[in-house]
Amino acid sequence: MYKVKVYVTLRESVLDPQGTAVKGALHSLSYHEVQDVRIGKFMELTIEKSERNIDELVREMCEKLLANTVIEDYRYEIEEVVTQ
Amino acid sequence: MKFAVIVFPGSNCDVDMYHAMKDELGEEVEYVWHDAENLDEFDGILLPGGFSYGDYLRSGAIARFSNVMKAIMKAAEQGKPILGVCNGFQILLEAGLLPGAMRRNNSLKFICRPVELRVENNETMFTSAYEKGEIITIPIAHGEGNYYCDEETLNKLIANRQIVFRYHNENPNGSLEDIAGIINEKGNVLGMMPHPERAVDELLGSADGLKLFQSIVKYWREAHVVNA
Repeated sequence: MYKVKVYVTLRESVLDPQGTAVKGALHSLSYHEVQDVRIGKFMELTIEKSERNIDELVREMCEKLLANTVIEDYRYEIEEVVTQ
Repeated sequence: MKFAVIVFPGSNCDVDMYHAMKDELGEEVEYVWHDAENLDEFDGILLPGGFSYGDYLRSGAIARFSNVMKAIMKAAEQGKPILGVCNGFQILLEAGLLPGAMRRNNSLKFICRPVELRVENNETMFTSAYEKGEIITIPIAHGEGNYYCDEETLNKLIANRQIVFRYHNENPNGSLEDIAGIINEKGNVLGMMPHPERAVDELLGSADGLKLFQSIVKYWREAHVVNA
């Protein structure tokens, strides 16, 4: 069994209106140190072991559905968990 | 001419679309559920607005994998007119039938009001009844209509005259180049954020959307009916 953490964020070149709004709110709370805020999505997948290569499988899912690569980047972490 | 209005779980402009085709244009129209496999009997496909699958993940991202999409891809290839409005446009983008993607409106607000559009290209099967440069009033109702594509795609859209509608005077959502509607290279798949089906009767505030549907029917009659 695998626990997979997928992070999807807007591409650097794409303006993030939510991030900009949150940055403004942080500034109004006097956190003037904040340079930039980017908002993304975090997904946690539990995946059963199969004959498919797990890395290849997750990348395929990201490309096909979990991220829209026109505007979003993704990265993921795979952790193998031992079930009793 | 026989139209299909595709209904996804969460579609909510399907009835307006049906009404526009049946009562305003007097054409044949049927609701088709998202799991349908075959659209061969239809001459035109309409993807209505709404919140298919609750807009989970991204608008249109899940609808794009429904069964009916395979038939829609086939219809697109056959050159049948396909119109996606609002969520329908988002589905066409996710499916790759049109280039680009939608971001949240730059105001982060859901905007629901009439806007002015400029008809940029009236040499399409969807816009032939309009004058070039005609200013029309059509309502928008969306939270994610902020169109984006990379520069290369944009240059292509401009060079091929694929930008069909632009917002006029003001850009309500931050959309790149004021884009409100685009067509595919082949010219038979149109996606637009404004709702022409909500502007088919002066009683509703505007009848400017009517010409879009009349253009489709005229195109089809000329191509398929002898002595049209």
